[in-house]
Amino acid sequence: MLGTNLKHIKSEEEFNEVIKNNENVMICCGRMGPMCLPVYDVMENLEEKYENVKFYDMDFDIPEAHVLRNHQLARGFMGLPFTFYFKNGKAVKATSSIQNKKQIKSIIEEYLV
Amino acid sequence: MNAEHYDAIVLGAGAAGLSAGIYLARANLKTLIINEGSIGGQMVLTHAVANYPGVREASGREISQVMKNQAKEFGCDIESNVEITKLDLTSKKKMVEIDDDEIFTADVMILATGGKPRKLGAKNEDKFKGLGISYCATCDGDFYTGKDVIVVGGGNSALEEAVSLTKWVKSITVIHQFDNFQAHEYAIEQAEKNSKISFILESKITEYLGEQNVEGVIIQNQKTGEFSELKTDGVFVYIGYIPNTDKLKDVIHLNEREEVLSDENMQTNIKGVFVAGDVREKKYRQITTAVSDGTIAALSAIEYLQS
Repeated sequence: MLGTNLKHIKSEEEFNEVIKNNENVMICCGRMGPMCLPVYDVMENLEEKYENVKFYDMDFDIPEAHVLRNHQLARGFMGLPFTFYFKNGKAVKATSSIQNKKQIKSIIEEYLV
Repeated sequence: MNAEHYDAIVLGAGAAGLSAGIYLARANLKTLIINEGSIGGQMVLTHAVANYPGVREASGREISQVMKNQAKEFGCDIESNVEITKLDLTSKKKMVEIDDDEIFTADVMILATGGKPRKLGAKNEDKFKGLGISYCATCDGDFYTGKDVIVVGGGNSALEEAVSLTKWVKSITVIHQFDNFQAHEYAIEQAEKNSKISFILESKITEYLGEQNVEGVIIQNQKTGEFSELKTDGVFVYIGYIPNTDKLKDVIHLNEREEVLSDENMQTNIKGVFVAGDVREKKYRQITTAVSDGTIAALSAIEYLQS
């Protein structure tokens, strides 16, 4: 489990529940390294601003994270974290490596809210 | 654009900035920390901190996570991983704009912007960033499993990261520009006794070679001036840090190394603007000294606001 202040997804079952039961979901799948931490920090900050978006992280190294590691939108990704955006249960956007607040906000505005 | 006003704004969320935030918020001042990088700053890159008094041993990330939560629990707001697009330090009311989008003002400001990794300045460095040149073994080490890599530098970071990379890579060549290391004795010993690590001293990389990814480097011997080519799959660069003063240099007094000048109370040349941590002119850069700077800057700022 990652040591962030975000809610964690720990199993495939939980992952399926989260994307099924919420209209807008952002999940950051990473480790606790310097490319991942800034993304979690932004998510913690945006959690207060976007009440209709659910923010989660998932540990890249647990076997269950294959649902994101091997996701078709992550093909060719070579940098952590893998960040996914889901709308009505469907992945609508994914990014590889660090993204700043401006980039994350613009994806949320374009694809989710 | 509406501006939100704070009593104090701290630029930077490393050990110095977070410490300042903790002290300011505990003094009931409305405080905002604005950070361009990762919360914890360079601290998050340290695997094990064993000399921080009161903490037996913890990773830099764990210490920074606690500091961050302390600051938030005392009421600090934090805007992190943003870009500072405008900065006004000279007016009575200080102003920061982030991401061309939000404006914040404050009566005092503390500059704790820390440092960033120094680049080598070798040819093709920008072209291969993320394609064979890395500044973080923890992040990218496993992409080099079974490969031959180079580590550049001779300080603690370089030698410690070289040892940590041996978990993944086949071989490491440490290239250092001087004939002796600046690292502590324990770090030198660990690196020298590791059979995967070899050394090329008194040499500098002048050029990166390759098509899509790094495939080799050109090295210049600093003594003879001779050039040679070395094949490699990747280069990890640890040649120290430079202060983050790009946005400050027009108004804040800096020394010749572009570090911020201050008095012993962390006061800069501008009233109401204080400095803390690695960005200021000082000899020793440790988590403990950053915490000390942040504390002094915050207490000086509180006194300034009361006067």
